[in-house]
Amino acid sequence: MSTADKREQNDGQQSELPKSALPAGRPAPEFTLPSTPDQKLSLKEFRGSPVILAFYPADWSPVCGDQTSLYNEVLPEFRRYGAYLLGISVDGAWCHAAYREHRNLHFSLLADFEPKGEVARKYGVYRKGEGVSERALFVIDPEGVIVWSYVSPIAVNPGADGILNALENLSAKKVAHGN
Amino acid sequence: MATSMRAKLAMPVSERDHVQGPETAPVTLVEYGDFQCPYCAAAHVIVKKVREIMEDQLRFVFRHFPLTQIHPLAEPAAEASEAAGAQGQFWEMHGLLYENQPRLTPPHLLLFAEELRLDTKRFARELEDGIYRGRVREDFLSGVKSGVNGTPTFFINSVRYDGSWDLAPLIEALDSAQQS
Repeated sequence: MSTADKREQNDGQQSELPKSALPAGRPAPEFTLPSTPDQKLSLKEFRGSPVILAFYPADWSPVCGDQTSLYNEVLPEFRRYGAYLLGISVDGAWCHAAYREHRNLHFSLLADFEPKGEVARKYGVYRKGEGVSERALFVIDPEGVIVWSYVSPIAVNPGADGILNALENLSAKKVAHGN
Repeated sequence: MATSMRAKLAMPVSERDHVQGPETAPVTLVEYGDFQCPYCAAAHVIVKKVREIMEDQLRFVFRHFPLTQIHPLAEPAAEASEAAGAQGQFWEMHGLLYENQPRLTPPHLLLFAEELRLDTKRFARELEDGIYRGRVREDFLSGVKSGVNGTPTFFINSVRYDGSWDLAPLIEALDSAQQS
């Protein structure tokens, strides 16, 4: 089971929100977040394409560094499936801008900054004690439904194999439906 | 579920691989590495010692996993090792690259080729034409599909090893794989 399932439940204020990571089969909650200090990006803009949401605790921390570097490198493979990768953390847009430039990242980092962690809460992956999100992955199909989700132990880089498997299954399903 | 706990090698070891040690060895250690990664350079020293200790009980395989966005010299270095491999000297080049990690620019690669008395014209041409780029990418993707999540990542008898790769714990893990 995922870490999210075992961790302490959210407080009463957030009782309408999921207590653990949203599973496959659920519609992906809509959101609009800053992608740069002066640009915003909404999930619905990607309707028609698969989307990978990669929640991570913070810019600059060493494990995240490996994870974003890895995804940066695997990006062409994600694109082969027509999928878009969006990184999300509670860091602000200026912090993301500096981090992206420093790591030469070629995908968007969204700032779940105000209200803090709101999107992470909607997806059931906010760690209230630390005030950051879990290290969680969601693959969303072109219709906006979650087809795969995974929460990694916070200190462990989850790799990219699970994402690629989910994208592969999605494209196999598409081919089957086409026949 | 995917990843983490027990990631497995997606592409089995075959003739395409660079292998040290006998095929009949009871334990196979596969490393995914990047020539510009400082941790990999440290692991190179450890693996050398492990091979000395375990002798013919160990088969060692090296595959490329260059993180090119943070290590711009890793890809040409990986291709240089393949170009040397095409002339029968993969492991010699592999050693030179790790032992000279602060010197991996293209002129250095040519100096290493000279040092190994390779056909340097062929070596330079093959690097320029990028004819080993596909091979390096194939290694990289096999690593991604196997759950490689950084460098170096090791697999012992096809199962990802998440423990420490200091000499003692690595030997211990290899020994227990040998017995099971």
